[in-house]
Amino acid sequence: MFYREAGDFKTSYVDDSQTFPIKFDRYRYYLVLLVGFAIVPFVINDYWVNAVFLPFLIYSIAAIGLNILVGYCGQVSLGTGGFMAVGAYGCYKLMTGFPDVSIFFHVIAAGGITAAVCVLFGLPSLRIKGFYLAVATLAAQFFLVWLFNRVSWFYNYSASGQISAPERTVFGNAVTGPETAPWAAYLFCLVFTVASAIIARNLTRGMAGRKWMAIRDMDIAAEIIGVNPLKAKLSAFAISGFFVGIAGALFFAVYLGAVEVGEVFGIQKSFLVLFMVIIGGLGSIFGSFAGAAFLVLLPVLLKNVLVGGLGWPTDLAAHLEFMIVGGLIVLFLVAEPHGLAQLWRVAKEKLRLWPFPH
Amino acid sequence: MPEQVIWGMEVVLNGLMAGVLYALVALGFVLIYKASGIFNYAQGVMALFAGLTLVGIMEGQVPFAHLINAALGTEIHHFGWHIPALAAILLTMVVMVGLAWIVNVVIFKHLVNQEPIILFMATIGLAYFLEGFGDIMWGADIKKLDVGLPQGINLWIDETTYNIFDYGFFIDNLDIVATVIAAALVFTLIVFAQYTKQGRAMRAVADDHQAALSVGISLNFIWVMVWSLAGFVALVAGIMWGTKSGVQFSLSLIALKALPVLMLGGFTSIPGAIVGGLIIGVGEKLFEFSFGQMMGGATENWFAYVLALIFLVFRPQGLFGEKIIERV
Repeated sequence: MFYREAGDFKTSYVDDSQTFPIKFDRYRYYLVLLVGFAIVPFVINDYWVNAVFLPFLIYSIAAIGLNILVGYCGQVSLGTGGFMAVGAYGCYKLMTGFPDVSIFFHVIAAGGITAAVCVLFGLPSLRIKGFYLAVATLAAQFFLVWLFNRVSWFYNYSASGQISAPERTVFGNAVTGPETAPWAAYLFCLVFTVASAIIARNLTRGMAGRKWMAIRDMDIAAEIIGVNPLKAKLSAFAISGFFVGIAGALFFAVYLGAVEVGEVFGIQKSFLVLFMVIIGGLGSIFGSFAGAAFLVLLPVLLKNVLVGGLGWPTDLAAHLEFMIVGGLIVLFLVAEPHGLAQLWRVAKEKLRLWPFPH
Repeated sequence: MPEQVIWGMEVVLNGLMAGVLYALVALGFVLIYKASGIFNYAQGVMALFAGLTLVGIMEGQVPFAHLINAALGTEIHHFGWHIPALAAILLTMVVMVGLAWIVNVVIFKHLVNQEPIILFMATIGLAYFLEGFGDIMWGADIKKLDVGLPQGINLWIDETTYNIFDYGFFIDNLDIVATVIAAALVFTLIVFAQYTKQGRAMRAVADDHQAALSVGISLNFIWVMVWSLAGFVALVAGIMWGTKSGVQFSLSLIALKALPVLMLGGFTSIPGAIVGGLIIGVGEKLFEFSFGQMMGGATENWFAYVLALIFLVFRPQGLFGEKIIERV
């Protein structure tokens, strides 16, 4: 009844090309932002921030980044974990190398470094495609993890081989290190997540996004109608790498605080983010959020129900989680290849006609 | 002869043996890929699952004991019998055929005509599912697998090389057996694909699904057969690697070892898988031997991938792969 364009007159081009053309959507978006920025920080505690909100926000950024590469440009990457590690180690080196600069810029610069590395490993995409490329990105995954493990310059020659984030503040509030208040860490990540989503959304509906999609749908045809595959593919790698790098930097600096690269940024992480993108929906920014929320909440829920509720051993719950995640991936690919985002789209279509569907 | 060269020779020999094992895993990939166009990431996990099932059957473990105990509060673990290795292998094979059938009916029948990359992701999902399923069914602890294969240093080679070079080569008996078995398996598979009725049907399906259907070949049967074959290869690989280092999670990672082998050899070529396996096996051992110390060790983790990556830039279809022709 409320969810429709009727009566919402657009009188300028700016109005006409806005992100949410339907009024209800627009208000919902403002409401979500309001709740996210003005209400949640006051009510959350340590458990909720560390178990749900921080992983959700950070994985959302990573999923947006990977979605640009896989969902919009069609270049499957299995190197996300390695690229997140680049972001984390880039951020660490910058934090320790330039302690006077705000961590805000360190995170962004870490994204930039990751973008450069990502372009480097994206170069083979000009020659190979499909899962040859997917396997080629695995080279990045293994090589980068090995590099950060073995070359001690990256972890400042510390004896444990770990990197740990020193305390850094934004406007006088600690956002990294052990003294961080839950709300500060949450807000810091939220700013990056919202900014990433807005940038990604506008990139993908602009010229860059259309070029990526043309390459995804058929690269030879795209080349014939004038899309430069070199620029399109490498820009997708760069922008994807930028977001993934930011996610890696936040994952290390704000969420975990200390990182051992093989454990945290191993190949499992690559698959996890890829699963988020698949379950959420390939080629959808909303889908990235939905997928991240789903895969962050699922283990928490399972753990609470099975271990907390039924008293089953933890390892059993972990194995069940594997089964459920794997089963869901297959189920989604069979039943709804476009993921949660498609369900959302269908629901919105229905809502538009409701209550008079004929 | 200088010591370095002799050591190098030993490294090459060991690399060849490892390469044969890589080729064995890679072969499972090639089989499924050729017949159904599916790149089966779950091959490694299938090897793990086969290994777990084999051990479980041999030792008479109760399937899902952990789950049943947790849900019902009982304390059951074993049926209390032991089954001889050969019978257990046959039973495991039955399980793998059943698995092939289920996988085909539940998943891949519904994904016909989807993009290859979607199929690939489906197999990743399958890999996750099987991993959790195997652990729940048989328990996640590291299991010893002993089906009576010889193990330990081969004294004959040790003595012979000692007499020639004054330095005994260390070569594991198990590696030799594995090499022989892998070679026999490869030979059988090639004969099967070239000379039997089913093998010819399989190649026909690989060539063109529709044409194969129109001459009366059952796609479903061929796919179940191919997945069973892959299950069989996985079982052999599971036995080899399981005997070598115990049946455990890391077994599923051999899939990751086989991927660069495939890229190097070409996804569609059985000889390619073998040659690729040997190149990677020898290459990574030699690289570790010559430069590993200098670069901080454990270069085996990435050497194969980087080699394959560099190789692909110059020859995207691999050594023996069919040339990729694209039409708009």
